[in-house]
Amino acid sequence: MARRNTGGKHAAGLVDDVGAHVAGRTPPSAFLEVRDLRIHFPTDDGLVRSVDGLSFRLERGKTLGIVGESGSGKSVTSLGILGLHNRRNATVSGEIWLDGQELVHASPGDVRALRGRKMAMIFQDPLSAMHPFYTVGHQIVEAYRVHNDVSKRVARKHAIDMLGRVGIPKPDKRVDDYPHQFSGGMRQRAMIAMALSCDPELLIADEPTTALDVTVQAQILDLIRDLQQEFNSAVIMITHDLGVVAELSDDILVMYAGRCAEYASVDDAFHRPLHPYTWGLLGSMPRLDRERSERLMPIKGTPPSLINVPSGCAFHPRCAYGELNGGRSETERPELVEVEPGHKAACHLSLQQRREIWESEIRPKL
Amino acid sequence: MNISKATAGETTVSAAARADARPIREGEPLLQVDNLGKHFPVTAGLLRRQVAAVKAVDGVSFSVHKGETLGVVGESGCGKSTTGRMIMRLLDPSFGRIVFEGRDITKMSQGRLRPLRRDLQMIFQDPYSSLNPRKTVGAIVGAPFRLQNIKTEQGVKKAVQDLLELVGLNPEHYNRYPHEFSGGQRQRIGIARTLALRPKLIVADEPVSALDVSVQAQVVNLMEDLQDELDLTYVVIAHDLSVVRHIADRVAVMYLGKIVELADRSDLYERPMHPYTNALLSAVPIPDPKDRGARTRIRLQGDVPSPLDPPPACRFHTRCWKAQEICKQVEPPLIELSPGHQAACHFPENTTVSATDEVSRAAVAPGAAPAPGEPPSGPAGTPPPGV
Repeated sequence: MARRNTGGKHAAGLVDDVGAHVAGRTPPSAFLEVRDLRIHFPTDDGLVRSVDGLSFRLERGKTLGIVGESGSGKSVTSLGILGLHNRRNATVSGEIWLDGQELVHASPGDVRALRGRKMAMIFQDPLSAMHPFYTVGHQIVEAYRVHNDVSKRVARKHAIDMLGRVGIPKPDKRVDDYPHQFSGGMRQRAMIAMALSCDPELLIADEPTTALDVTVQAQILDLIRDLQQEFNSAVIMITHDLGVVAELSDDILVMYAGRCAEYASVDDAFHRPLHPYTWGLLGSMPRLDRERSERLMPIKGTPPSLINVPSGCAFHPRCAYGELNGGRSETERPELVEVEPGHKAACHLSLQQRREIWESEIRPKL
Repeated sequence: MNISKATAGETTVSAAARADARPIREGEPLLQVDNLGKHFPVTAGLLRRQVAAVKAVDGVSFSVHKGETLGVVGESGCGKSTTGRMIMRLLDPSFGRIVFEGRDITKMSQGRLRPLRRDLQMIFQDPYSSLNPRKTVGAIVGAPFRLQNIKTEQGVKKAVQDLLELVGLNPEHYNRYPHEFSGGQRQRIGIARTLALRPKLIVADEPVSALDVSVQAQVVNLMEDLQDELDLTYVVIAHDLSVVRHIADRVAVMYLGKIVELADRSDLYERPMHPYTNALLSAVPIPDPKDRGARTRIRLQGDVPSPLDPPPACRFHTRCWKAQEICKQVEPPLIELSPGHQAACHFPENTTVSATDEVSRAAVAPGAAPAPGEPPSGPAGTPPPGV
């Protein structure tokens, strides 16, 4: 923590938090529980607070959608869970509990043993996530044999089986192809086959369909849904596309500037959202399922830099309703409060105010 | 903003080119594209002999009228960007004709084309690679004035600052460099440069796909405001069907280098005729959890075939659930099936007429055309659920 440019208040709090959590660690009942996760990167320009106090839980068989714009910390969260962040230049605190095991303070070797078998990831860009020098089959076999003591022949049979399951035609032939011989959709399928080869219980999909065309996207989303039902895995779906979230998720976590702005069931998030940022996201999207609106309702301004996160509520410079509470959001950071069972939001406006604004101003215009 | 176009600094060539420019007649399109195509040669061997051709665009025709927005949608590799670049003459067409304001610009030399560049401008997809990182915003937005040798009343600097204000940027940022701006702001800089010479036609190639959702909406609104204010005509190329529905007046759907359907916005989205359009629309995830499971989604099998060797006749027949024998033998022409609604399909939906009638009338394949009402069968197997 040698370099930082913004006041030392938060940084000092960070150190205290670490101490407190190490002292009182108790395993939770949930399958995956993230408690007050912070991932900061000290850089020459200042401390980048990519994830700044994030907590959530996820059960087997459920899907959590993490939504946010670029730089909101959603991808860093997933890398942090998998332990794939660079340990040398990141400071991580908080707790991540996966099936009774704590990951933040575990050794890299322990986390690696879990990766692939217990948790796996589908990356956004399959072309850069796969090694161009090895055949697709070789790469699946490698992942499988790390965790299973089987012969190459058995592993190869398993790889062919997995490729068939994800819908690659003629898997016994295509297993010997190189990644460049696959089309974009097929590469993404091969990546899913690789991620699922050891039946992981937690699957993190980071923008799995962003690079794909819409008809192929539909195929991949169907595939993820079917495989989840088959394996009863927990899925974290990271995306900026609210449509994808609405199709797949049970719960939604809306991230803004490294923190959770709103957490709700998918129904609540789309029909009774309680955070101005969520309203903004919904108003920004042109929608095919509604009458064409004359104008979109964008959020003013741009997402903040994670080095100079605005004071108080990070969203206040862009919020259209900030004045309603007399400047409180500029100085005081709102806590994430559970307003209804399973529905949390971090906003200074009163629940009554927000319900009225949603019903009278936002919903009719969507 | 007073940019006087008739200035003393114009070259003789441009003056000559301007001379044969004439105001377009009532009802005449601003841009007319006839059977336009682009085949990229694939060479091999020592002599670099041509062994094949990528048929990126294979005969598209459409027109764009003044003040309207034509949306071009399709999946990657369908030729939509190549079409846009040909209209701009950034790529030379292999065949076909481009007529802009009544003048054929298909074969026009770069020298003769230069004065026309004022009227034809482009908005690029990637706001990071389309701005020179070593030039200031002032130099970037002012470049069109310099290149076209246009004098402005209060100097180029004032004109640039007016433009920056017009697109919602701070005019004081004149001396900043592109890296000091966010993606959305960079796209605004690109739009300011595009607007500098008051073009008549703007080709926007994926203008918002690199931007975040909240910023995307800002840029879409900006483009609409500018259109109203400056009477612009757009050709918007995009893969996002909901963005195109929002911004376009008419929409062309492309598949493997051909237009498969072209219609008014509401017509196309509410009553799509081509099965491919239907499949595209049904594949868009809808941001409403209530609709989950309620919608019947058409699942297309496999991927788009290679444009190196596109399927014969109807190019969609390999993935179409309605395909029959005729689809493999006779290419359906793009014809008007209802007023203003063109589709290229033997078995179109949401209509009673079909291209097959036209084809059988022309007796191209006698006996091969089954009646349009017949239940679908063929290589694609059983129809997907809900169709």
